[in-house]
Amino acid sequence: MAKTTPQAPATGDATDAQKDLALIEVAGLSQSQIVRRRFLRHRGALVSMALLAFIVLLSFTSVGTQIAGLRVGGWWMWTWDQLTPVVDGGRPTMSLIPFAIGEHPFGQDEVGRDIFALVMRGTQQSLMIMVIVGLLATVVGTVIGAVSGYYRGWRDSVLMRFTDIVITIPVIVVGAVLGRTYGIQGAPVLALILGLVLWTAMARLVRGEFLSLREREFVDAARVAGASDGRIIFRHILPNAVGVIIVNATLLMASAILLETALSFLGYGVQAPDTSLGKIINENQTAFATRPWLFWWPGLFIIAIALCVNFIGDGLRDAFDPRQRKMPTERALAKAAAASVSGGAAGQAPAAAEAEAEDPRLREGAILPNAIVPEEDRPLPSPEDEPEGDPR
Amino acid sequence: MASFILRRLAQSLLIFIAATYLMYLLVALSGDPLQDLYESSAPNKQQLIDARIKLLDLDVPPFLRYFIWAGGLLGFTGHGFGWMGVNLQGAPVNTLLAQAMTSTLQLVTIAALVAIVLGLIVGITTALRQYSAYDYGVTFLSFLFFSLPIFWVAVLLKQYLAIGFNDFLRDPQIAWWFILIAAPVVGALWTSIIPGAPKRRLITFGIATAATAVVLVYMQLSDWFANPHIGPFWIVLTAVGIAFGVTAISVGLKRRRALIAALVTAAVGVALYFPFMYWLSYFLNEWLLILLGLVTIGVSYAIGWFMGGDDRKPVARTTALTGLFVASVTVLDRYMSVWQAYTNSGRIKGRPIATIGSQTPGLEGSMWVHGVDLFAHLLLPTIALILISFATYTRYSRASLLEVMNQDYIRTARSKGLTERTVVVRHAFRNALIPIATIIAFDIGGLVGGAVITERVFGWTGMGQLFQNGLDHVDPNPVMAFFLVVGGLAILFNLFADLLYAALDPRIRVS
Repeated sequence: MAKTTPQAPATGDATDAQKDLALIEVAGLSQSQIVRRRFLRHRGALVSMALLAFIVLLSFTSVGTQIAGLRVGGWWMWTWDQLTPVVDGGRPTMSLIPFAIGEHPFGQDEVGRDIFALVMRGTQQSLMIMVIVGLLATVVGTVIGAVSGYYRGWRDSVLMRFTDIVITIPVIVVGAVLGRTYGIQGAPVLALILGLVLWTAMARLVRGEFLSLREREFVDAARVAGASDGRIIFRHILPNAVGVIIVNATLLMASAILLETALSFLGYGVQAPDTSLGKIINENQTAFATRPWLFWWPGLFIIAIALCVNFIGDGLRDAFDPRQRKMPTERALAKAAAASVSGGAAGQAPAAAEAEAEDPRLREGAILPNAIVPEEDRPLPSPEDEPEGDPR
Repeated sequence: MASFILRRLAQSLLIFIAATYLMYLLVALSGDPLQDLYESSAPNKQQLIDARIKLLDLDVPPFLRYFIWAGGLLGFTGHGFGWMGVNLQGAPVNTLLAQAMTSTLQLVTIAALVAIVLGLIVGITTALRQYSAYDYGVTFLSFLFFSLPIFWVAVLLKQYLAIGFNDFLRDPQIAWWFILIAAPVVGALWTSIIPGAPKRRLITFGIATAATAVVLVYMQLSDWFANPHIGPFWIVLTAVGIAFGVTAISVGLKRRRALIAALVTAAVGVALYFPFMYWLSYFLNEWLLILLGLVTIGVSYAIGWFMGGDDRKPVARTTALTGLFVASVTVLDRYMSVWQAYTNSGRIKGRPIATIGSQTPGLEGSMWVHGVDLFAHLLLPTIALILISFATYTRYSRASLLEVMNQDYIRTARSKGLTERTVVVRHAFRNALIPIATIIAFDIGGLVGGAVITERVFGWTGMGQLFQNGLDHVDPNPVMAFFLVVGGLAILFNLFADLLYAALDPRIRVS
């Protein structure tokens, strides 16, 4: 009757072993160490980090960059606005067998611009916009969420109604309107404007987090000890909400890069003579049948960046939020069971079926609820903060 | 509850008014609506400028002009209630909007429905098969979908799906090597979805592979792609399959009475196949078809009601669903029957999957032909549009079901000895739906926003175009008309979600 997945441990002591494993793995470690370890265990996130670092390095070193008229050159032979004679109809010169890069690895467009240089410049712009939007929206969203969640009352009402108003306008719509007004002033300005639009989801999440954290005992303890509001917010509550904030900041960045490319595609984003990945696609979508390489490369770079950021976000979520983490493998469980001789052999509980999903008790383990409290403000240990035994 | 609804309603209305004000200012301040006239070399330039200023009240600053616009909307300017002004050329926006709205809303509605159904099914199955190969595959795919730029995918779809499929239709031959590869792949897919001991998995694999191979060979031999059909034989087969499937999920196969009732409903549906195909369907239009669908549900519900015995309601629900599905398959067959005529018609010339526009201009034919035409035009934009929503719904329904499956009441239900089906369908699924309802409602506004891009790529003359043209010319009225629909939908669905949430989860109303 009960369906078990292959991963589901079959006996009751296996679930005890799970909990022991969860405890062993975090024993004697600080919160940041635990988070770092878990993150480093997420293979997809690590690979994504490496790939993203490679993309950043490649795009900035290859063609150099230009900030406010000041141009820094790179090691690549062409720049993104340089016109070169069109060779072989602009076909890409890159090939795998025999391996060769050639003069124009990604090909050329009709007027002879090197697509590699163009894509690299576009990647720079998109990355820069992504980072600025991510930082700005995170800061604005966190401040608004923190103020309304911590103070509640009229501040909460005003700020949340304002959030409701902004959230009613779809981001692509308000982005297009603002992009049309400010896109002409260059990518950094566009990024600032988009950052002022995308903070709404973050504000709501942070508010929710603050609403629940402000009722916790350690906040009461800090207040009784005479800590000011600012100190409570920044030293006590914010560090405990940082997981939610960081995870959503990465997801926000992924959506920012998609929004920027979409706006540039519609013509409301980065304007000529500068370029961005979405703009390259927009300029070349009709040329797909004749020169598909103009179209493939910018798209692949958008996907690579967004996918990397999404995976990093997933790794961070796994690291900060053990609720959604992967169950340990059977082998790890067996090891843990052998290591910690727990007297669980008697309980042949019908746990097989419920273990189909992850064991809920893992959540109550020693991992998350232990608040990060600054050393000097640490309150007396309350029984609730201690990891309980088996709730049954 | 009534006070909750009223409070929430008033709040939504105020937020909407404030949002329109914000939007109006942003659009009006985004540029100079007289720009094109300043640059023109017309001899009567000044006259044109004055005319436009007078037409659009440009002498009034935007933060006051909004109230002229809002007054017009409320009917104070003598144009009647709901007057949205004129665009730069002087054409009434109401007419423009009415033309644009149908195609966009059609696209968005269908995309939303498909995304919800697919997302829920995939999300729930992945949650039940957590950490299987299927789960990992879907997780990776949803990450990929999250990261895809819609406009890029849309161009790819145009190139490969539409043009490739149309080329394939010129000589629709399924290669034998394709069947040899596809059948085991589909078999492996089913094996990863349906769990069990190795022996059972092997049987699943065998059945799925054989079934796929048989269907593909049949398609090849009967020249299916040139002349798609389901036909009486397959209708009978699917009807029986539907009866068993619906019963298995809704009440369990152990209830013989329910199974027999479902089979009887399926039999009635099959018996009505020929009368429908060759007689009744010629007299229908869209509304009558919907009416007929409602009648079908009613009749099959009645069958279940009368055959249900002691506990009628679940049985009646089962037969109603069975009847609906069997009728849908029949209607699908009816649509397929005009496919050949549609593709060979002079307007289509054998290339049915459209890449541009929302309908074939000047196409003549019955409602069925127009339905096929709609399908051919909606296919690509819908796929492009649902990718992100599908990924979102999959992730959220998976997380939500996992969350519920860890609750104590699920443990209680299991320890009472309820079957896995009852636990999942009755206890877990219903509770998992509550948070998903909010996500979906929240997503509708974004879906319409995404339609702006999709319409642009596929050359639709819908609301996206209205919005873009208006924005390009700093013409607030069409943009505001667009926003009234989009923002209104977003507000409405959010309100709806809140009320639904309050109705489903009484804890909400307390706070």
